[in-house]
Amino acid sequence: MSIRGKTAVVGIGYAGLGSSPGWTPIELAARAAECALADAGLHAEDIDGLCASTFYHLFPTLSVSEQLGISPKWSNADMTGGSTFIAQVLQAALAIKAGLCTNVLIVYGSAARSTKDIYGIIDLPLLQASYAPLLPVGAYAMSAARHMHQFGTTRRHLAEVAVAARKWAQLNPDAALQSPLSIEDVLNSPMVCDPLSRLDCCLVSDGGGALIMTSAERARDMPQPPVYVLGVGTAHSHRDISQMTDLTTTGAVESGQRAYNMAGVTVADIDVVQLYDAFTILPILFLEDLGFCKKGEGGPFVADGGIAPGGRLPVNTSGGGLSFVHPGMYGLFALHETCVQLRGHGGRRQVKSPTLGLAHGNGGYFSHQATAILGTGASL
Amino acid sequence: MGTSFNQPGPIDQYLKYLAAGQFKLQRSRSSGKYYYYPRAFTLGMSSRDVEWVDVSGLGRVYSSTIVRRSAKHGGDFNIALVELDEGPRMLTRVLGISPDEVEIGMRVRARIEPPSWEPAASHPLVVFYPEAS
Repeated sequence: MSIRGKTAVVGIGYAGLGSSPGWTPIELAARAAECALADAGLHAEDIDGLCASTFYHLFPTLSVSEQLGISPKWSNADMTGGSTFIAQVLQAALAIKAGLCTNVLIVYGSAARSTKDIYGIIDLPLLQASYAPLLPVGAYAMSAARHMHQFGTTRRHLAEVAVAARKWAQLNPDAALQSPLSIEDVLNSPMVCDPLSRLDCCLVSDGGGALIMTSAERARDMPQPPVYVLGVGTAHSHRDISQMTDLTTTGAVESGQRAYNMAGVTVADIDVVQLYDAFTILPILFLEDLGFCKKGEGGPFVADGGIAPGGRLPVNTSGGGLSFVHPGMYGLFALHETCVQLRGHGGRRQVKSPTLGLAHGNGGYFSHQATAILGTGASL
Repeated sequence: MGTSFNQPGPIDQYLKYLAAGQFKLQRSRSSGKYYYYPRAFTLGMSSRDVEWVDVSGLGRVYSSTIVRRSAKHGGDFNIALVELDEGPRMLTRVLGISPDEVEIGMRVRARIEPPSWEPAASHPLVVFYPEAS
């Protein structure tokens, strides 16, 4: 049974991005769900499947369904960190295809900025916590240091990722950060965990995000151009950064290949790319691991505006977690922007006529990877 | 299977050895492979295959970072991944030198010490110093 092209994203929305003091994660999730329902031309009572996940709730699907006043007959509250929602696209596609439900809401909310709490109820194993390692940034810093050591990647390469994100953000009216940013600004920014400076780190935002999926048959009669789910792949590799086999190679190698295989496409077919960018080193590793360049060549690939507007590959066209929004689990926003681009609704940041988009999510400290390949009707 | 639950669990056992001044890790009797962190059961090592053995405490910095902190909050400190000569990698700290002097590839030697940082722990931990010191 192939699920390629059998389901589609038919509604997208976000709400309260940036700073929303006095709003709870579930309330922000509910407003995002309201936006996605309106976008899809559906009503709350049409939702019979629910995926939800936050860093703040053990029972996110119970809290969201109660808030919305719905009674889903299928739900999923997976937790693999920021990759969760991309993995849930696969779960939702399977549930719809199996006939367990018809319309699935995938929803997220966070008040990370207003509450100054980016950790929520995340549990740290004792032998990690005892060393007070400043996670997650310390783990990614050690990956960046290792990539520099092995491949000659430079801080300037890392800065290119932040500058490209800002240039895309300047084309996105909803992006949090719009002011000009130079390579020198990033290089001169105060260090947080060497070699990562303040401007190598993502935003900490409030906000909610939501997607609605349904069957491809139903999607054809709905208001928005359907964005078809062609392939999704996931991969677990470790939890603690000390257990990562090679700090410069992630499970995106496996998740990407699984997604390409399911979609029946290759990396050369991908038109627009959204890569989890909690820190500037992440897109460099994912460009390598997903096959856009060879291992070790991510730095040169992003150099000279390689992933900025007008560069060799459009990456993080919303401005990403670095300049658009990052409430702690960015994966849902990678999916959202992929849908915006494939619908052709990107305004000034719209990539020319994309057919295939790739959204890649990361969880933990490179611990879990999830890759989704979505496409327009032309991709079927 | 093969475990008496009136004996300490793996992490508890590891910390009890440290408290007694011994740096021991689990090793598979059948394969000779060492494991960190200690586990109850894992691929390649059944619960009946476990032996606790002393390790040399010698290793090499696999990667490292300087966590920046204001002097008021205790100043900069090092966090590192050390690859033991026996194979496993540990999240730890390299002490005894300035955090900016810790380099990838540097040879280091373990010491068992109570942590000098917050959160205060009730048990000593394995930290590392440059091998020559």
